[in-house]
Amino acid sequence: MRTFLIQVAYLAASVLFILGLRGLSSPETARRGNLLAAMGMLLAIVGTLFHKDIISYEWIIVGMVIGSAIGAAMAIFMPMTAMPERIALSHSFGGLAAALVGVSEYYRHAGELGAVKMTAIGFEVLLGALTFTGSLMAFGKLQGLITGVPVTYRFQNSSNISLLMISLGIIGYMIFVPSQHVLFYLMLVLGFLIGVLLVLPIGGADMPVVISLLNSYAGLAAAATGFVLSNNILIISGALDGASGFLLSVIMSKAMNRSFTNVVFGAFGSVAETAPQRRGRPPGG
Amino acid sequence: MADELLFGLYIFVLAAFVGYQVITRVPPLLHTPLMSGTNAISGISLVGSLVAAGAHYNTVSTVLGLIAVTCATINVVGGFMITDRMLKMFKRREGDPS
Repeated sequence: MRTFLIQVAYLAASVLFILGLRGLSSPETARRGNLLAAMGMLLAIVGTLFHKDIISYEWIIVGMVIGSAIGAAMAIFMPMTAMPERIALSHSFGGLAAALVGVSEYYRHAGELGAVKMTAIGFEVLLGALTFTGSLMAFGKLQGLITGVPVTYRFQNSSNISLLMISLGIIGYMIFVPSQHVLFYLMLVLGFLIGVLLVLPIGGADMPVVISLLNSYAGLAAAATGFVLSNNILIISGALDGASGFLLSVIMSKAMNRSFTNVVFGAFGSVAETAPQRRGRPPGG
Repeated sequence: MADELLFGLYIFVLAAFVGYQVITRVPPLLHTPLMSGTNAISGISLVGSLVAAGAHYNTVSTVLGLIAVTCATINVVGGFMITDRMLKMFKRREGDPS
């Protein structure tokens, strides 16, 4: 009965997320859409609190109180002009959360993970880790903590791709030998490193596209968590988020007259040229 | 187990299509709010962290779970509140939405 009620709450939450996203894509309904999505999140959280594995609530309450206080403070005191920065920062937290859940699950089951769960944990940790550092980099660049100028060097793309391949190779190997702790943590570190290296060559003006793309990665990490925990709401909202984040970054780079592949794969074209032109346009122009 | 995986993949693929379809015609005005809204939804990993923090599997899992709950809650609360704040400003500034 309890499981049934949780599933009903999850189903309602999924519907609310979809309605919320649809609402958010049209000006008249945007605010209501956001509210619907927030209600969906509330339902998903309340439903999860009845999960049979949860036996005490003290740490949950501590974490949620601290998190709500910081989140609310960020929402209230962050200036409206610093919006992409705020989103990037908030993202890094989401990515870190996904990676930590993955590490926790791996630590708990290390030796006895089946192929499916191991693959899912691998992707969850890798995507979560690279979302974390990638978003922090995006935040740093927009805030001026790190130079906003694209940083490029020889063989940049090929070295990034090799790092990614090594990480995927580790996941592949660990499907057969899940108890390789050292390799697992090496992959976590590689994830952090890849996040930094991916955002390094991207200029400040292109940052919104990248943030939206990182959003998509965070969604995919959440979906992978869903496969690890056999949790449908995580799979559904992760997939929704992964797809909409990806599409939004494509739409955004089109709106900025930038090639999506260029934004992602290299610092071609002058970034300084496009930036003032964008600011000159009236909002919503 | 193969059934469970297949079922999960079904849900994943169909939900991804829905996510792709519902926002195809978003106007440029709403790019940033939508980004902020999907960011809030990606805080759904909170659901996974809640179980890790509350289940007492072992100390390491509980500590990681606590940190994860805190981080994910920042993402969720901050995400939804700021999106609302942004959209509220929009309404006031642009008298008629394009």
